[in-house]
Amino acid sequence: MRYLPLNDEDRATMLVRVGAETIDDLFVDVPEEAILDGPIRDLPNHASELAVERHMASLAAENSVAGNAPFFLGAGAYRHHVPASVDHIIQRGEFLTAYTPYQPEIAQGTLQMLFEFQTQVARLFGCDVANASMYDGSTACWEAIVMARRITRRGKALLSSGLHPHYVSVCQTMARFTKDDLRVSLPDFGGATDYDALIDQIDSDTSCVVVQYPDILGRIDDMTRLAERAAEHKALLIAVVTEPVALGTIKSPGEMGADIVVGEGQSIGVGLQFGGPYVGLFGCKQKYVRQMPGRLCGETVDADGERGYVLTLSTREQHIRREKATSNICTNSGLCALAFSVHMTLLGEAGLRRLAAVNHAMAVKAAERLEQIDGISVVNDRFFNEFTVHLGRDARDIIRTLADRGILAGVSLGRLYPDAEELADGLVIAVTETVTDEDIEALATALEDILQELGTWA
Amino acid sequence: MGMNNVGRVTVPQETASDKASATATGNRALMLKEPLIFESGAYDRTGVDIPDAAEVKSRLCGLERDTVIGLPGLAEGETVRHYTRLSRQNYAIDLGLFPLGSCTMKHNPRLNEKVARFPGFADIHPLQPIHSVQGALRVIYQLGEWLKKLTNMPAVSMSPKAGAHGELCGVLAIRSALEARGDAREVILVPTSAHGTNPATAAFAGYKVEDIPATDEGRVDLEALKARLGPDVAGVMITNPNTCGLFERDLKAISDAVHDAGGFVYCDGANFNAIVGRVRPGDLGVDAMHINLHKTFSTPHGGGGPGSGPVVFSEALAPFAPLPFVEEGDDGLLHIIEEETAQEHHGQSFGRMVAFHGQMGMFTRALTYMLSHGADGLRQVAEDAVLNANYVLRAMEDILDAPFADSGPCMHEALFSDSDFAEGFSTLDLAKGLIDEGFHPMTVYFPLVVHGAMLVEPTETESKAALDQFILAFRSVAERALAGDERLKSAPHHAPLKRLDETQAARKPVLVWTDPDPRAEAAE
Repeated sequence: MRYLPLNDEDRATMLVRVGAETIDDLFVDVPEEAILDGPIRDLPNHASELAVERHMASLAAENSVAGNAPFFLGAGAYRHHVPASVDHIIQRGEFLTAYTPYQPEIAQGTLQMLFEFQTQVARLFGCDVANASMYDGSTACWEAIVMARRITRRGKALLSSGLHPHYVSVCQTMARFTKDDLRVSLPDFGGATDYDALIDQIDSDTSCVVVQYPDILGRIDDMTRLAERAAEHKALLIAVVTEPVALGTIKSPGEMGADIVVGEGQSIGVGLQFGGPYVGLFGCKQKYVRQMPGRLCGETVDADGERGYVLTLSTREQHIRREKATSNICTNSGLCALAFSVHMTLLGEAGLRRLAAVNHAMAVKAAERLEQIDGISVVNDRFFNEFTVHLGRDARDIIRTLADRGILAGVSLGRLYPDAEELADGLVIAVTETVTDEDIEALATALEDILQELGTWA
Repeated sequence: MGMNNVGRVTVPQETASDKASATATGNRALMLKEPLIFESGAYDRTGVDIPDAAEVKSRLCGLERDTVIGLPGLAEGETVRHYTRLSRQNYAIDLGLFPLGSCTMKHNPRLNEKVARFPGFADIHPLQPIHSVQGALRVIYQLGEWLKKLTNMPAVSMSPKAGAHGELCGVLAIRSALEARGDAREVILVPTSAHGTNPATAAFAGYKVEDIPATDEGRVDLEALKARLGPDVAGVMITNPNTCGLFERDLKAISDAVHDAGGFVYCDGANFNAIVGRVRPGDLGVDAMHINLHKTFSTPHGGGGPGSGPVVFSEALAPFAPLPFVEEGDDGLLHIIEEETAQEHHGQSFGRMVAFHGQMGMFTRALTYMLSHGADGLRQVAEDAVLNANYVLRAMEDILDAPFADSGPCMHEALFSDSDFAEGFSTLDLAKGLIDEGFHPMTVYFPLVVHGAMLVEPTETESKAALDQFILAFRSVAERALAGDERLKSAPHHAPLKRLDETQAARKPVLVWTDPDPRAEAAE
């Protein structure tokens, strides 16, 4: 019990001071039938640091580490190299063990960082403003739809078929309870996104159109016309970015007219972490700022007129507004926002552009190599660092076989869309700067082998 | 496009009393003024060495970015220095006691950090084939088993991303269970002493919220609650130990009454660290409860997050728990039950709340902490947390109004009010005075049922010596508030900044940095 500083002598002295004979006297309000008389059975007692570390290390060893294999998984979580100084900084106790900055005079470190983070996100997205982060991309996506409903006072949201199916699931779950009307469709294997189909559906009941960029198949498209048509109907365009590194080389959604841009910031500074914690990004046009969910950091002055930062507009938040609150967000991903911000500061404009260029080049190389394989075709012509291939067989089987050969090959559309048989032969392949030429060759060779062995799909 | 030193680094305004201490740079010995990265960085500067991209035929096909993004970079050394300087303007649990009631700031063991960074946990993808991530699934499974046993609840959902998200998860399960039996109830009852997030959550899940008053002794008014129960009430959201710092003695009776009326009981488990190992909420009839892993199981707060809010469920709500979750299969492997596999046994699940599996990085930390403490240690955690809180309560009640000091022992937190302060002095003045004494202020103005509330929670990781020093500071500042010491009204005097103008920030929000030069031109 190395974390507990009181010893028995302290406890005895303190019990006297509080006027209790035993510790049980302090639990006197617990009904007798509910109080436990000893440690819970079936749970082990305390263990040494060495023993605990050994146990956790043995669990860690059961996992195939991405860094030990040719690795091509994306679909909403990307493996990028994170500079060593990022983790060094987020492990500083003054960041790691600080509380939410409600007392700004002694939290300027966190607050200035959040102000810088907001500015970085807003610029990357091409938005006027951004908040101090959300839980993750998927919950940020749903909050954006709720925000669009508040602004437009309409309840119908059109979700692009290119939106990450887990994001769609999250929105559908919530919409069932809030009675929002979500229109969703399955992706087809066309090389282009479904903007025309979305435009056809926009009407006077539509609150928003939600598109992902790059989308779940890796496709990218100019959303300017979609934004214009949405605006004509007074509906909002929400863009979802799950791979923000892309914005180092392609146009930002804000530039193309998106009203709200949300995203997953995991790519920059955070790491894979088996799905979390991640960091939701959220930006919008200035005119909607008071409808934006989440924490906001704003500039102000102190009593001496010096510049400083505070959390602001918190009267929108649920701990104050109780049942009138406009969102479920009661915290942010502060430490992940710090990791994002530090990594972005290390990159800078020049570094981000180079990183994006390397990602794109590696992905193009991989696509060109895979296109040479008999039986494989690349679905999308336009992409950043992720694209989709047809394998002519259920991709789930291929992935398992490749994993047995030490290659983590990508995400099968069968896993993402279990009900859509027509998508089962699709494999989404992400290629970042962490992938080498040898990795690409290993994947291609193994795929050639396996497809040859299996023959074509009956 | 360099942008060095073009910003608005402010020089401190000199006041008569301050003149001698003014410096040319604005620095004060070890406390240095730090400009924003937008004022010190440059667009062509970078702290990473990224190789040249290979020559390929671009497949961006006309979507190439042709504008400046506006992201300044710093060299690696400058970056480390920038954030290290910023860090020194923060208070943190590593620097001292955080007496934050209901927020529970305790020591964050570094073994937890080390374990969370094992590549076997940190460098794995959420969509890897399940046989390649069995150890990670084992962590989720084992942690869930601990939570079920500690609460005596048969089911757990690990995916909620924060406490409030866990509340939402619990209420959606209640609504799903009611809908499954064709029962369209519309009202959730929330005692006035509950967390402010509780009514917000109920409303966000589509319910009408009605308050239930507290008794004079700071607990739910059982008779008022019983009188309001009826066929329109979906459930009750209750916080136990409650936000007045007290154990809800009548929780079992409340649960029985709510169940008899066909509703469900949600318990806000934010304060679970006061009872862990001594009381199991399942024994008190609770149907759903979220557990903030940072509060009870020491994952770091990180300046606002990330949080993690697993939810435990009763038998009645278990079938409706959200996807995904981890289950042992007949093949001896652990499986992730998600959309693909849920139909067979989990068709009643209300669906998915987050993209992947929840906060894995928090799970590894929490499980490491649980194993370190063990069942016996966690029981000691609750005992020491409660002892420390009562120690603070009894050390202060002779000078500060403690509205529920006679209602029974406080649990993990002690509640005071500003009712005896001198005219014109508020809880905020006391809070800012504590900053000058080297402490983070307590939770202020919460709970709402007490005027000028101050909620103090020392937690179990504070020594008697640390408590004594805090009590010395707290008593001293309290005496100044009671006596009307004017200097307290402008506190803090020794923090990196003086009292900040929060009204100005809200009136005309400045949320992003803009280059001051164009703005100056526009103004001319």
